[in-house]
Amino acid sequence: MKWIEELISDHPFLEGIDAASIKLMAGCARNVSFDAGRYIMHAGDAADHFYLIRRGVAALECCSPGHDPIIIETLREGDFLGVSWLAPPYISQFDSRAVESVQAVDFDAACLRGKCEADHNLGYELMKRFVPAIMKRLHAARVQSMDIYGCPPPAEDAD
Amino acid sequence: MRGTQVPIVAAVAGKVREIENVITLKLDAEHNSAADFDPGQFNMLYAPGVGEAAISISDLTDKRGRIVHTVRNVGAISRALTQLKKGDRLGLRGPFGVGWPVKQAKGKNVVIMAGGIGLAPLRPLINYILLARSEYDSITLLYGARTPDTILFEPDLRRWADKPGMDARITVDAAGPDWTGNVGLITSLLDGRAAAGGDTVAFICGPEIMMRCSAEALCETGLQQDAIWLSMERNMKCAVGHCGHCQFGPVFVCKDGPVFRYDRIRSSLFVKEL
Repeated sequence: MKWIEELISDHPFLEGIDAASIKLMAGCARNVSFDAGRYIMHAGDAADHFYLIRRGVAALECCSPGHDPIIIETLREGDFLGVSWLAPPYISQFDSRAVESVQAVDFDAACLRGKCEADHNLGYELMKRFVPAIMKRLHAARVQSMDIYGCPPPAEDAD
Repeated sequence: MRGTQVPIVAAVAGKVREIENVITLKLDAEHNSAADFDPGQFNMLYAPGVGEAAISISDLTDKRGRIVHTVRNVGAISRALTQLKKGDRLGLRGPFGVGWPVKQAKGKNVVIMAGGIGLAPLRPLINYILLARSEYDSITLLYGARTPDTILFEPDLRRWADKPGMDARITVDAAGPDWTGNVGLITSLLDGRAAAGGDTVAFICGPEIMMRCSAEALCETGLQQDAIWLSMERNMKCAVGHCGHCQFGPVFVCKDGPVFRYDRIRSSLFVKEL
């Protein structure tokens, strides 16, 4: 069985992070699993956790009343799940559901924010990893929102 | 140039509905010169009384020498083409343009990225490579579609995924709760396995924004721009570089393309006026 520090340091998202930072993070972490179909986060709830996915697939979903939820992104081994814990008001914006059984390292967000405040090196190391990943997701979401595969609008000279 | 300026008569020998607004036609041409083409080339199809449009050849010619075209209904001509029935006749000129550089890819890993109906000009390439499988290293196909019900050539995708040495992955932009596959931009499918090495070439076809994002993401993995090829789409009218409708900076898509090496057109892809 691996210790929580090993699970953290093995995760690709934290590749290259120093041992002292891993030790600090481990104090806020635990190993968790979610069966397929189980919800990991709910929109509107306090964003008091984030996860490093070790195995399995999780879907980010958006719900509107009277309609089936829409999956807007799937996350898998090597990805992180949860960004709303990073900035106030610390409220989850989407539901997250395990599509396949998910094994993850679960971080207590308030605990980790406190450690980042006390040790700016840890905070900086985390931001160096979160910012590019969030930027990538933002770019992807912008392109997806353009509906690029949809039918182009009819043009006089469309053919 | 194998393509002819003189249209020949072709008859619809078969028609398949692929997805909403997209059909595939199998055509019997009056002589078989049109059946000799390179994957990635296109024909000009003439819908009688309506007009002519450039349509990619979307599969290898079958045993009977039939030419395969997949058409999406987006305008008057393509609508007329999608409404053709078995036995109907149409005009055909071609094949035209520069296809995928299949010979340069020999001995290399091949990464193919297709978006939406952009899989159509790539299907003959994939089937060509599979016919000469031993001449290529690994094959990775990454396909992006809008939703699960707009996935083109689903039976082919399943068949390809089962081929040894071929990794075929699909993602969609959005899906309902029953979908168990990937959701996300096509670039999210790029990982260590699909990432490029020194002996990798990449072929991309889809909406221009998707091609640009994909090419840039491949470059981030270490692939050089000169190892990436895109199939461009522009308003092609004459197909021989005379009319100027498809001019794209210093090149004509119909004559110099539609397949271009990324480093040769990259700067033009960022010019909104083109």
